[in-house]
Amino acid sequence: MPSRHGAAQVQALLVNVDRISAFIGKVFAWCIVLLTGAIVYEVFARYLFRAPTSWAFDVSYMLYGTLFMMAGAYTLSRQGHVRADFIYRLFPVKVQGGLDFVLYILFFFPGMMALVYFGWDFFNQSYWQNERSSISPDGPYIWPFKFIIPFAGALMILQGLAETARAAIAWRSGAWPDRLHDVEELEVLTLKQAQAAREAEMAAARRAEMPL
Amino acid sequence: MTDPVLGMIMLGSFIFVILLGFPVAFTLTAMGLGFGYLGLGTRVFDLLVQRTYAVMANDVLISVPLFIFMGYVIERANILDRLFRALQMASGGLPGSLAIATLATCALFATATGIVGAVVTLMGLLAFPAMLRAGYDPKLAAGVTCAGGCLGILIPPSIMLILYGATAGESVVRLYAAAFLPGVGLAFLYMVYVLILATVKPGMAPRLPPEERTTPVGQILLALVTSFVPLAVLIGMVLGAILFGLATPSEAAAMGAAGSVLLALLYRSLTFEKLKESVFLTARTTAMVCWLFIGAYIFTSVFGWLGGHHVVEEAVKALDLSPTMFLLLAQVIIFLLGWPLEWTEIVLIFVPIFLPLLGTFEIDPILFGVIVALNLQTSFLTPPVAMAAYYLKGVAPPHVKLSEIFLGCLPFVGIVIFAMGMLYIFPEIATWLPSYLYDNVGGPGQELTVPEGGFTVDEEPALPAFN
Repeated sequence: MPSRHGAAQVQALLVNVDRISAFIGKVFAWCIVLLTGAIVYEVFARYLFRAPTSWAFDVSYMLYGTLFMMAGAYTLSRQGHVRADFIYRLFPVKVQGGLDFVLYILFFFPGMMALVYFGWDFFNQSYWQNERSSISPDGPYIWPFKFIIPFAGALMILQGLAETARAAIAWRSGAWPDRLHDVEELEVLTLKQAQAAREAEMAAARRAEMPL
Repeated sequence: MTDPVLGMIMLGSFIFVILLGFPVAFTLTAMGLGFGYLGLGTRVFDLLVQRTYAVMANDVLISVPLFIFMGYVIERANILDRLFRALQMASGGLPGSLAIATLATCALFATATGIVGAVVTLMGLLAFPAMLRAGYDPKLAAGVTCAGGCLGILIPPSIMLILYGATAGESVVRLYAAAFLPGVGLAFLYMVYVLILATVKPGMAPRLPPEERTTPVGQILLALVTSFVPLAVLIGMVLGAILFGLATPSEAAAMGAAGSVLLALLYRSLTFEKLKESVFLTARTTAMVCWLFIGAYIFTSVFGWLGGHHVVEEAVKALDLSPTMFLLLAQVIIFLLGWPLEWTEIVLIFVPIFLPLLGTFEIDPILFGVIVALNLQTSFLTPPVAMAAYYLKGVAPPHVKLSEIFLGCLPFVGIVIFAMGMLYIFPEIATWLPSYLYDNVGGPGQELTVPEGGFTVDEEPALPAFN
C-alpha cells in the first residue's frame, strides 16, 4: 500500500485530470447555444429575408461534432457513459474495481489509441491537401474539424488513465475514491432529496417514540 | 476461422460481454476492433476513424443535442406543477380523474423533454402521493406514473426515432409522421384503460369529493392557458414545422430549443445558473449518445463486413417463416432484450441486424420502426432493468414495495402489446399519415419527391464486403 501522503497525492492528481476534462468539456458545451443560434438565424434569414446563408449547414454539423467529441472525456469523468450494469452493481467494490481495471486496458485504450494514431493520419492528409468542405458552395476548411478526432482521443486516454487508476485503487482498497461532481441529472437530485426527507422523517419518528 | 463464423461469435458473445458492466460505447468499439482485426487486419483502425468522422458530420444527428437541450431547459422551467394542477382541475369530473391528469401531464411533459427519469421522479413526488392520498390503489398509481413517463421516447419529436432513422437510413420526417398517431393513440389507450377501471372498480380509483370537483370554469381555463397551452403550442409548432415540411428536424429542434428558452424566461424561471446546468447536461447526454453511436456503428460495420448479416439472413430464411411470423419473432427478441438492455443499445445494435431482412419479408422499415418504438416502451417497465420502476421506487413512500410497482406496470405492458397487435393488424394507423402528407404531391403512386431539407443518409451501417 502506498503511504497516506502518497495516496493523497494520487488523489489530487486524479482530481486534476477530472478538472482538465471538465474544463474542456464545459467550454465546448456552449457549442449548443451557438448551434441553436446559428440554425435559428438561418431559418429567419431564409423565411424573413429570403436570404439563406451558405455557411449555416457546415457550421451546424461542425458545432455538433465538436460538442460531443470534446465532451466525451468530461462525460467519462462524471461516469456518464451508459453501462448495462444491473449485474455489475451487485458485485462487491473490489470485484467492480478489478473488472474495470482489466476492461479499461482491454477495451478502452486500444480504441482510443487508434483514434489518436490513425486519426492523426486522417487529419494530416486533410491538412496537407488543405481540404475544404465539399458539401456547401462556400466550403470552409475541414482539417481543423478532423483534428478533433486525435485530440478527443488523447483527452479520452488521459481521463481513461485516471479511471484505470481509480479502478486499481478500488480493487486494492475496496472503496471507490472520490471524484469531482457538478450538476446532476434532475432525477438523481430528486432521488437524493427524497432519500434525505425519508431519513429525516424516520429520525423524527424515532425521536417521537423514545420516552423523554 | 471463416469470417461469417467470426461474425456469429461476435453476435453471440456480445450480450455476455456487455453485461460485464463496462460502458457500452467502449465495449462495442473494442469488440468491433477486435473481431475486425481478426477479419480485416489493420484496415479496421481506419474504418474506426472514418466511422467516427461519419458520426461527427452526420446531418441527421445534429437534431439530437438540440432536442436534448430543449428538454433540459423545459425540465428546469418549473412548469410541471402548474401543468399537473391545471389538468387535475380540468379532469375533475371524470372517474379516475387524478390518474387521467397524471397520464396527460406525463404525455405532454415527456414529449417536450424526452427525458424519462426526470418525468417519472418528478411525477412520483407530485402525482403519486396525491393519488395515494385520494385512496387510489398503489399499484394503479404506480403503473400510471411509470407508463406515462415513458411516452416521451415514443411520441414525436423523440430522440429514439432520430437514432432509428440515422441507423436505418430512413427519413426522420416520415418516421415522425408515422409514429404520431400510434404514440398519441397509446396515451389514449392508457387513459381509456384507467377510465374503464375507475368505472368498474371505483374502489381502486375513488372519485374526488364533490367540493373538489367544482372549480369555476374561468379558473380552469386560466390555469390551462398559463400552463398547458404554451407547452402544447411549442410542441405543436416544432412537430408541425417538421411534418409539413417547413423546416428540417434539426431546424425545428433549434427553433424548439430557442422557444423553450423563451418559455422559461416568460415563467421567470431561467437563471444563468439553470442555463449553465442545461448546457453542461446537454453536452454530457449528447456525448453519451453519440459515442455510443460510434461504438454501435463500428460494431455493426464489422459485423456486416464479416458477413454476419448474411448468416443471419440465411438462418432466418431456412426457418421458412411467413412475414407475420418473422415480425413476431423480431418483436419477441426485442421485447426480451428490453429486459436487460436499454433502448439505446437495442436501437443501435439489434435493429440494424433485422433491417436487411425487412426487404426479404416485404415489411415497411418505417412501420417496423414504429412497432419497435412501441415495443421499447416495455423495456422501461419490465424487470430487472425497469428504469421507470426504480426511479419511482426511489421517490415513493417507503411502504410502497418494488413488487407492487412492477405489478402495477404489468397491465400497461399488456396495453403496449395490445397496441402492437392493433398496429400489425391495421398498419394504416402508422402508414396513413406519412403517405397522406408526402405521397400525393404529384398524383398517387409517384415516387417520393418531397423536399426533405437535405435529410438523406448516404451511409448505412450495413455495408457489403469490400474485398
